[in-house]
Amino acid sequence: MMGLNNIELISDRSVAENLRELAEVKKYYPRHAVIASLMVASTREAWHEIVQRAEDAGADGLELNFGCPHGMSERGMGSAVGQVPEYTEMITAWVKEKARTPVLVKLTPNITDIRAIARAAKRGGADGLSAINTLNSITGIDLDTLVPRPDVDGKSSHGGYCGPAVKPIALNMVEQIMADPEAALPLSGIGGISSWKDAAEFFLLGCGTVQVCTAVMHYGFRMAEYMAEGLENWMRSKGFNSLAEFRGLSLPKVTEWKNLNLNYKIVAHIDEQKCIGCDLCYIACWDGAHQCIHMDRVSGPVNGQVELHESPSTVEWRSRTAIAVTPVTRQERAVDPAVHGPYPTPLAKIPRVDETECVGCNLCALVCPVDECITMKRVDNGLSAESWEERTSGAVCVQNPNVS
Amino acid sequence: MSTAALPQDSELLERFSELKPSLTPQAAVIEATRCLHCFDAPCTAACPTHIDVPGFIQRIAVGNLRGSANRILDANILGGSCSRACPVEVLCEGACVMHRYNREPIQIALLQRHAMDAFHAGGYDVPKAPPDTLDLHVACIGAGPASLACAAELQRRGGHATVIERRELPGGLNTYGVAEYKLRAAESLREIEMIRRMGVEFRFGVTIESTAELAALEQEFDYIFLGVGLGAMQRLNIPGEDSKGVINALELIAAYKTGQIREITGTVVVLGAGNTAIDAANAAHRLGAETVYLLYRRAERDLPAFDFEYEHCKQEGVQFLWRRQPVAIRPEHHGRLLLDTVQVKQIDRALQPVPDSMDTIVCDMVVPAIGQSPLTQLIQDKRQSTLLCRRRLRQRRPRSGGRRGRRQALGSGHDQGRGGHLCLTFMCAASPAASILPIPSGWPRRRRRTAASRSCAPSTPAGVARCGRQSASRSLMSAPAIHPWIGRACA
Repeated sequence: MMGLNNIELISDRSVAENLRELAEVKKYYPRHAVIASLMVASTREAWHEIVQRAEDAGADGLELNFGCPHGMSERGMGSAVGQVPEYTEMITAWVKEKARTPVLVKLTPNITDIRAIARAAKRGGADGLSAINTLNSITGIDLDTLVPRPDVDGKSSHGGYCGPAVKPIALNMVEQIMADPEAALPLSGIGGISSWKDAAEFFLLGCGTVQVCTAVMHYGFRMAEYMAEGLENWMRSKGFNSLAEFRGLSLPKVTEWKNLNLNYKIVAHIDEQKCIGCDLCYIACWDGAHQCIHMDRVSGPVNGQVELHESPSTVEWRSRTAIAVTPVTRQERAVDPAVHGPYPTPLAKIPRVDETECVGCNLCALVCPVDECITMKRVDNGLSAESWEERTSGAVCVQNPNVS
Repeated sequence: MSTAALPQDSELLERFSELKPSLTPQAAVIEATRCLHCFDAPCTAACPTHIDVPGFIQRIAVGNLRGSANRILDANILGGSCSRACPVEVLCEGACVMHRYNREPIQIALLQRHAMDAFHAGGYDVPKAPPDTLDLHVACIGAGPASLACAAELQRRGGHATVIERRELPGGLNTYGVAEYKLRAAESLREIEMIRRMGVEFRFGVTIESTAELAALEQEFDYIFLGVGLGAMQRLNIPGEDSKGVINALELIAAYKTGQIREITGTVVVLGAGNTAIDAANAAHRLGAETVYLLYRRAERDLPAFDFEYEHCKQEGVQFLWRRQPVAIRPEHHGRLLLDTVQVKQIDRALQPVPDSMDTIVCDMVVPAIGQSPLTQLIQDKRQSTLLCRRRLRQRRPRSGGRRGRRQALGSGHDQGRGGHLCLTFMCAASPAASILPIPSGWPRRRRRTAASRSCAPSTPAGVARCGRQSASRSLMSAPAIHPWIGRACA
């Protein structure tokens, strides 16, 4: 499952029933923290009342859901609040007037810049943040009925998208928040976390906790056990004794594009021993990248370090006629080492990378089905590191006098 | 012609249950998704008809089954039969790059069958040019795969094809010769029904044996396509080979497939160890024979059958007798047969009998399966026309020299050395033969088709003869329309 779309609202059960269950859970598991996720009408009284009731029921913390993108937002709740910094700040402040437990603000990704909302929540007095909520989505359309999914009696509505597909979006937003001093607060990471590796990535970008839902809906609560165990093993192998030791370690490694080293050159390298001759890299490079992978190797003995290549016209001729000269053979007995050369695949089927033309775009490595067959290797081009900013700093920046 | 000609025989269905069950729709999508869609895919190159394998598999993966089947039919009109009967282990699946990745190859045959079954179940028709696009009448002698492919190709381009067959049912080997657990006769007939719907005319029970009959055809048609296949089974040349109880492998297979033999009892000895011998041995075992011996004069390592056929045969329970040669067949008192055999040893490639090694096998049936002889008489009768054709073609031969293969095919008609062991290789013959006919190059354009088939032509028993009805204005010499085709194919 790549992703999951929901159009349901927060609960089909009454507040009273929810709070009773919360109290019950707290009674059975007194040493575990229970956080109440709240979303009510945007009035001071309503928020004061729900905060009071949740804390009375035993909640150890409160999460203000300013993220729900469907249904509730039409009624002035959820992302209707989370998309306006002033509302977010105001309601966070109302809650803080009443709350005795820590208050987290849950942010919506359905905005232009998540930092604006995160800063507003911080100004309103939030103790922490959680990000991200679901993304607006229509997952597909039934091509028989022409009704988008899910079909509710012939009509549909946009929903909130979650699951592994949203993880890259979530990681970016987490990084944006944690790298902004005006927004950074203790952060609970959410968004497609389904393994210990995903969790570690969120921690490395500065999250203090992570939340998992889609993976649990798919595989059950045992996921938490698998994730804790996997994370622990990784921490042991890396020598980390606590989450705090590696929390945020990747944050300094994210920078703006203008600071990247323009003289860093990598090129694709094809491991002939692993290549299976599917030539997906060849077609990807030609049709979708930089036309620097070629199919011009010559099968047969190669003289020392000198590898023979065919001329383009020969390659074209061979391509036109190759299919016609394929013998109908008994393949299980037709493997001739003299034709194959030293590799499992005939040399003529193993692509060659023209390293002078390769820009290191990585597409070939992504489409290659074999692990570690195509790797990106650094090439020493003799140039010292230089960023775009450094390269253009000599240029005179003229400001338009008409723009204030 | 209809599939009703074969009675539904539940006992036969049970004895010859399918070796491989077909894929469920979900399994087909999962398997199709596994395909890497290689560039210049080796499976396509390994397929004698060069089906665009990644292309049709991709269409299965995205739920376009009709498009997938059309992609298959574009290269191979008998795609359904081939998906069942082909030895894919040594062709497309044998060439799959997954082997080099230590993974199971893509199940190309099952996927092809899935697409073709969906096509037949939907009752779709093969796309073809409007009728009478081409005023060309061709007689295809024989209703085997080669003729069917040639006829379908002509029909597809808007010509007229008439298939002439001496038996009651069309399909040749597909209907009469492929083991029932691979390809049922009814499946083959269903496929030919699709070809009939394209407009191909069939004449059954007609034999073309004399020059006079050929001459009559020449008057009636513009061209004659000889898709006659191979001739009679080769003889053992030992005493008693015409005894009652000796039935050659092809007859045995055809007999059980058409319901003439329902059961076999006792001991059966199959002579020979090719793929047909193995089909016959398996059939005898499944029809109830208690003991089935397969007698081969050479050793296991020389076995001409495919490795997977040999493995399958061993699993069926057939017993192999290596380095034994039959010497004579004698009748026994109780209606049984005595097969005298002798042990042979191989010195270089020559076989010599071992002294005092005579052994007699008491059996109920002897099944020779030592190959078919070429059918040369008809070809020789047509030699003049064929030579005429060859000369004409040679005059127009492009400089590239790529035509040599076809000239040989037309000149010799039969290749006596190799024969044809696959329905596929027969089919390959049809395409170049069809493509030398004066057919416009425009529609429908098939990618790499003639070039692909050219390589197969020398080994296949098919040829085209130009006949009397053809007017001078439409002769090969004055039909420039074909030259773009040939030029393209040989570029």
